[in-house]
Parts: sequence; structure tokens; C-alpha cells
Amino acid sequence: MNTVEVALGCAAGSALLAVLAALVVRRRARPAVVGTLTAITGAAGVVAGAAALLGERFAVELPWIVPLSGIALTVDGLGAAFLAVSGAVAVAAAIYGIGYSHHGLDSRGVQATFPLFVLSLLLVPAAGSITTFLVCWELMALTSLVLVVSEHRRRAEVASAARWYAVMTHLGFVAVLIGLLILSAPADGDTFAAVRAAAADLSPAVAGTAFVLCLAGFGSKSGIVPLHAWLPRAHPEAPSHVSALMSAAMVNLGVYGIVRVGFDLLAVDAERWWWLLVLVLGAISAGYGILQAVVSTDLKRLLAHSTTENMGLVLVGVGASGLFASIGSPVLAALALTAALMHVVGHAAFKTLLFLAAGSVLHATGTRDLDSLGGLRTGMPLTTAAFGLGALAASALPPGTAFVSEWVLLQSLIHGLPAPDAAPAAAPTVTVVVLPLAVAVVALTAGLAVVTFVKAFGVGFLARPRSDAAAHAIESPATMLAGMGLAAVAATVLAVAPTLVLPTLGRVAAGLVGSPAPIADAVSVELVGVTGLLSPVLVVVALVVAAVLVVAIPRVLAGRRARREARLWDCGGGPLSPRTEYTATSFAEPLQRVFDTVLQPVQDVDVTHHQESRYLIAAVEYRRRVPDRIERHLYEPVLSFVTRWGRAGRALATGSVHRYLGYGLCTLCALMLLLVLA
Amino acid sequence: MTDSTTLGLVGGLLQAVVIVAGAPLLVGLMRQVRARMEGRVGAGITQPWRDLRKQFRKEPITPRGTSEVFRAAPVAMVAITLVVAAIAPFVTAASPLPGVADLFVVVALLATGTVAIALAGIDTGTAFGGMGASRETTILALVEPTALVAIFALSVRAGSTNLSAIVDSTLAEPSAVLSPAALLAAAALVLVIVAETGRLPVDNPATHLELTMVHEAMVLEYAGPDLALIELGSAMRSAVYLGLLANLFVPWGIATEAGVLALLVGVVAFVVKVGVLGAALAAAEVFLAKVRLFRVPELLAGSFLLALLAVTASYVLA
Repeated sequence: MNTVEVALGCAAGSALLAVLAALVVRRRARPAVVGTLTAITGAAGVVAGAAALLGERFAVELPWIVPLSGIALTVDGLGAAFLAVSGAVAVAAAIYGIGYSHHGLDSRGVQATFPLFVLSLLLVPAAGSITTFLVCWELMALTSLVLVVSEHRRRAEVASAARWYAVMTHLGFVAVLIGLLILSAPADGDTFAAVRAAAADLSPAVAGTAFVLCLAGFGSKSGIVPLHAWLPRAHPEAPSHVSALMSAAMVNLGVYGIVRVGFDLLAVDAERWWWLLVLVLGAISAGYGILQAVVSTDLKRLLAHSTTENMGLVLVGVGASGLFASIGSPVLAALALTAALMHVVGHAAFKTLLFLAAGSVLHATGTRDLDSLGGLRTGMPLTTAAFGLGALAASALPPGTAFVSEWVLLQSLIHGLPAPDAAPAAAPTVTVVVLPLAVAVVALTAGLAVVTFVKAFGVGFLARPRSDAAAHAIESPATMLAGMGLAAVAATVLAVAPTLVLPTLGRVAAGLVGSPAPIADAVSVELVGVTGLLSPVLVVVALVVAAVLVVAIPRVLAGRRARREARLWDCGGGPLSPRTEYTATSFAEPLQRVFDTVLQPVQDVDVTHHQESRYLIAAVEYRRRVPDRIERHLYEPVLSFVTRWGRAGRALATGSVHRYLGYGLCTLCALMLLLVLA
Repeated sequence: MTDSTTLGLVGGLLQAVVIVAGAPLLVGLMRQVRARMEGRVGAGITQPWRDLRKQFRKEPITPRGTSEVFRAAPVAMVAITLVVAAIAPFVTAASPLPGVADLFVVVALLATGTVAIALAGIDTGTAFGGMGASRETTILALVEPTALVAIFALSVRAGSTNLSAIVDSTLAEPSAVLSPAALLAAAALVLVIVAETGRLPVDNPATHLELTMVHEAMVLEYAGPDLALIELGSAMRSAVYLGLLANLFVPWGIATEAGVLALLVGVVAFVVKVGVLGAALAAAEVFLAKVRLFRVPELLAGSFLLALLAVTASYVLA
């Protein structure tokens, strides 16, 4: 028996058991039983993924499950990486969900859907045929949709968010469906192996169309601009542990799809413009996503925008990798793809942590608005520590999780330009233009991410509380803390010892582009083929030693005196009220002004004058909103067009049964005519 | 132990000591140059050390309502700068920790120091703290692209972002210093350094006027030993940035082999280079006025353009 097989069997078994338990167990015990069983599902997924990453291969066909085509599961290196990530996120989210579900999320429907969602997240990267993939993909979309709407009774916005999600995810599904059907049409059967074998015969136009369709469909799942509109709506409105699963595991599968199609199924047809497209889309998403995150004041919305940013960075890596492969430098291609995969893994860890911590804040205060939070460190020290760690990991500063993957990404981009004395043919002009700009985008993104997370952590958790709810917040229950703790451990380990996973991911990437492994098996991150050395452990050790010295030396030299408390400097105006504090809005105001032309914020100032005199002001009302510009210019025309046609079509439906029967008759006749003529 | 490891360890320790001891003197020198050029006598270059000694002996004060973040931030900032001071090529080209002496790591570490102080500024919960933090992080975010693209331009020639490798490649090929790419990158990095160390025209280190201050607004609540650490850390940051600028473009004099004489020459060369750069910067400041906060992005966009041109030039004008 193969470990992957056993583990996947366990995962499926415990997920189905969890569904059954959700239906029969009493309400009081339901979250605990379902959460535990789902955590086991996730853990089994991690085991399966890890075993497959270490070299075990697994393939099985179960023709009896779905009629006509059956189900085929294949776990290879690429699938295993995503399988393990989904499983790990699911473990943390499921344990967290035990405590989180006691507030209106313990109904049978929600509890039974949750394990199915986790199972679908595990099965998508394990799918071995197009039918299996599409069935699991749709299962994932439907179960996540059910979970997104689970709080619709409490908040009106949930329904609207769910509608956006439902429509966009299904349009994405249609795009993926058409793209994959184009691929499978000439193939003998619909397994990935058959599609791969038939790919060489596709004409460039057909292959290009299929790739673009798949890119659109998968990109919309990853929240890539301009198909991101659903993400900042649906992710914040879902219950927080579901947000974590969606933002840390589900979006990854869009990347998985793009890599699977571009580097595996269509590898022989891949052309340079595909990857330039991916790179440019990634760069735009990264920049636009983080700009939106900088100005958002809703904690979970901010995290959702940051997901778009991170998926953009991943696609920059994927696109750069394809570009390098197309100009014949497989070593760099493997390096860039490794960076992308590492960023997927790191992002999964810190985004899980951040969403779970944000959920904990929501649970304790009932609000996600940063402008009314603050001062949470006294009431919720552990959640504050968790969010702080997540913020450090997300802002690409050493020693953080994202720093390692962005460093590898930057190394691959920098080495993409040959030394000036090399032959000019070694680098086509396009890379000379694209690579420096890509570095600049990654850098700008990194800088803005720092502002975003300084704002989220500083304004949300430090300083003084800006509302009563924040002032009286208390720490979350133990299971929620345990979920956050797991994610925090994962983020820390990935930050300090990234080489536990990097060489393995490097081998996966190298296998896809056909090069030697780009990262050496060592304690430090050591690049193979190009020069580059980074040692996160040493960074941490050096910082700790330096901090000890900085504390100790002045004490030895100048002596130690007791600390004394003193009043804050209040300009002599008495105790400061929280209203004088900087808020998230005011914190981001300078950047909003700098990027005025991109963001185009809408501001209204209403001044109400005194009745007796125009010179006296009774009230000033200020409103500011940063509408999503792409959404306004791209979606609103389409929506209004659809609405207009809907209205026009209403004239056809008068309610008369005779008329409807007439329509049926006409359609039938037209069909007959068509068949006769054809 | 190999020769380069010994050199790295001894040199690293030595340059950390030189920077800690010399950074306040650098600040004193810059103030003195300004004072003389403005027709004042000046307090002498050792005044910052006298101030530090006074501050360190005072009683530590915690403003009510602040947390551990506020107390840990100065330590974190000085510790981070100390690590950079020990590992980057200032006195020796070899590094005690080659896995850390990467240009990206150094720039990101220094940014982490800024973030620590910004969080402390927010943690006070006063309007000044938030304002300073907001402005400082805004400038940080806008400086980052310039810094990284300038690094890109420098590393193309060396084929690596490792600081020692870049310095070694300049030593091996001295004519590269006068190439258009290097000059453009140097110009871009000067603007980066002006913005990161809070000098005119981006920030005025001598002001306490609420409309204009950036760095000072964040650290307004600090007093006593904490303030001393902040001041020492800021001085060390200036020294580190100027030292990086000096040795990335004019590395001569840096110790490449272990030996008392080589190290001594390295220390003297480093001190002279940083001193000259600091004096030049201070002299230039006399003729500059602070620009409005919202004009700073234009300045930084200009420096970004220079950095981008540097990369293109390194390829096109080779």
C-alpha cells in the first residue's frame, strides 16, 4: 500500500464521516466533532502531499463514481505541493472553527458543507483527468458559495457578496471548461496524460486560445485584476475560518491551474507572449491589489486585497519563469517558479494566520472597521501577537516569511539580465525592458505592503481603543487560539528555516521546466547555477545577539534605574481623547494623495451653516470613499447593459401561456429546419 | 579558520565598534559644518556624545498607555543597525556572515528598523506619533522601488547582490566607477539616502514644528535612555548609509586581507570617506529648503527614473 493512497483514503473517509456527523450529532457537540474530523482530513492531506513530494507517486481510476468518464486521481510533485498546502490550511481553519462556530454557524447545513469544501480543496490538485478536475472545481465553488452565504441573516451585504461570487466563479468555470475542452477534444480520452500527448498537434492559435481561456478562468479564482471584483467582497463576508481557507488555499488553486496548463499540459506549445501576459497581469494585480489594501479600513477587506497582491506576485514569478524558459535559460526558469511556489506556501501560512486573527477580533468586538478598533493588546494579547507575527510575515521584511520568497524572486529577475559583456543575443530586448520594471513593481509592492501592515497592526491593535467594543474586547476561546497558534508556528518555521521546503519545491519546479534543482540542500538558502546566498537563521541569530548587546551595554556602563510612568505629552490640553488619535483613514491619507490619479477617491464635504448667519458653521460632514476604479469602468457598463437587455426581454414574457407555447413551437420548428438544412 | 573568515570576524567587530563610536561624531561634524557655514560657532563635534551620556544616565520614562512595542522599538532599531554595521563591507570586504551580507537583506533590515520606530509612534496614541509614522512609512514605501532598482543596476555588473561581490568587482575593474550606469545609480542612491536618513530637503532633523516634522514626530514621547538609543540609532543609520554609498562606488582603501596595517588603513579610509560625504551633505543642506511633503514623491519619482536609466544604461551603453 502506498502512503499517498492511504492518506487520501483517510482524508476522504474522515471528510464524509464529518458530513455524516454534522447531520446527526446534537447542536452543542456538533462543531467539536465536525472540526476534529475535518482537521484529520486536512492532516491526512498534508501527509499525502508530503509523501508525494518525497517521491511517492500515486494514480488511481475509479470508473464507477461518475458515469461515462469516471474519476481519475493522480498525485505528482506539483499537485502534491498544493495538496499539502490546502491540507495544512484546513487543519488550522478546522480547529479554529470549533470555537468560532458557536455563534450561529453550527447549523447542519453549514457544518456539513465545511468538510466537503476542505475535501474539494484536497481533490482539485489531486485530479488526474479533466472531468475529475472540473467536477472537483465545481464542488469547491459550490461548497464555498454555501459557506459564504452562511451569515446572510446577520448582515445584508452577505447576499450581495455571494451573488458577485456566484456569478464570477461560474463565468470563470465556463472559461476553464471551454479551455480544457479545447485541449481534450483531439486527445484520446480526458486524462492529463492523454491531453499532454495530444498537445503537440495543436495549432498555435488553438493552443493560445485555450491558454488564454484557462488563464481567465483560473485568474478569476486567484483574484487577478481585472477579474478580482468578487474577492474583496466574498472573502470578508465569509465566516473567518472560511475566509482563511478561501484566501490561503482556494486562490492557490487558480495558480495551480495556470501552472498545470502552461507548464505541463501545454508545455510543448508555450509561447513567449503567454508568459509576458501572465507577468504583466501579475504585476498589475500586485500593484493594484496593494494600493487598494493601503487605503481600505475594513480589516478583512484589506487582507482580501492583499491576497490579490500576493497572487499577483506569484504570477510575476510564474510569468518570469515561462519567459526564462522561452529564452532558453532553464536554471532561471526553475528559480522563478520555485520563488512562486514558495510564495504560495508562505502566503498560505501568513494569510491563514492573519484571517484567523482578524476573525478573532471580529468575534470579540463585532467590528472589522480599523477606524473603530485600537488598543486590543491589553484585552487580547495573544491575538495581537498572532496578528503582529502575521503582519511581519506579510510585509516582506526580514526576518519574515514573505521576505524569503521575494528574495528568491528578485534574485531570479536580477540574474535574468546577462552581464553587459555577454553576447547581446543572450537577452532579447523584451527582457531588458520587462525585468527592471518587474523588479520595480515587486519593490513598490513590498514598500506599500509595509505601510499596509504597519497600518493594520499599529492602528488596529496598538494605541488606545477608539470604541467601547474595542476597549472591552476579551481573548478568544482556546480552540481559536490553537488554530492561530498552528498557523503562527508554520509562518515562523517558514521564515526561519525555509530550506525545510525550498529545495523540495525547487525540485518540483525543476521537474516542470527540465533543469537541475535550483536550490541546494543546505541550512542557508543557496542558489545553484547563479550566485546567491541567504541565511534567515543567521539573520535571526545576529539580531538576537545584537539586541542583547544593546540592552546590556548601556546598563553596564550607565547603571540601571527604575522605570517611571508619566503622562503623554498632550500640549497642556488635558488627557487626550481617542478622537485625537490617527485613524487608519488618516494614516493612509498621504499615500492616497500620492496615488490620487490611480485611486481616484471620492470625497464629499457638507457644511451646514447656522440659520442666523452664513459665517457660523453648525456642522461639517466629511465622507470619503475609494471606489474600485477598474470595477467602475469595466463592470458597471456590462452590468447596465445586461440590465437593459433584461428589461427589453421582459416585453417577451407577458404571462400568457399561449404565447409561451408559441415560443416553444417556433423554437422546435427552427431547430427542425436547421437539422434539415445541415 | 580561513583567511577571509578571520578577516570577516575581526573586521566586522572592528567596523561595528567604529560605527557605534563614530556615528555621533559624524552627526556632530555635520552640525558643526552647518553651524560654521551659517556663521555660528557650533557646539563642537563631540556634543552628540555628551548629549548621549546625559540621556543614558537619566531615569527611563514610560508614557502612560504605551505597550512593550514602545519600549522594544529603540532596542530593535539599534540592534538592526548594529547587525548591518557589522556585516556590510565598511572596513573589510569580507563579511563575518556572508549569508546576511546581501544588498537586499541590508536594505530590508534598515527598513525594518524604520518600521519598529513607526509602530512605536503609533503606539503612543497621540496625533503626533500617528502623523510621524504615517509620513515616515509613506516615504519608505516610495523609496523602496528606487533603492531596489539601483541595487539591480549595481548587481548586474557583479552578477550578484552580495555586497562583498559588488565591492570586489569594483576593486577589480576601477574604470566601471565612471560608467554612466554607476554614476546614475549613485545619483539615485544619494536621493534614497537623503530620504531614508531624514535629511533636507525631505525632512529637517532640526525642526519640531508639527506641520513639517517626520522623524521627530514619531519619537516625541521618548526621553532618557530610550531617547539616547533612538538618537544613537539614527546617527548609526546615517553612518551606515553613507558608508554603503562610499564603499559601493569608491571602495579603495578597504581591507581585503587580514593584517593590522590593512585593517588600520581600512578604518582610516572609511572614516575619511564617510566624514567627507557627511560634510558635503551638510554643506549642501545649507543651500536647501525643505520641500512640501507632497512634493517629496516627485523627488523620489525623479530618483526612480535615474535608477531605471542606470539599469538600462548598464545594458545599452556597455
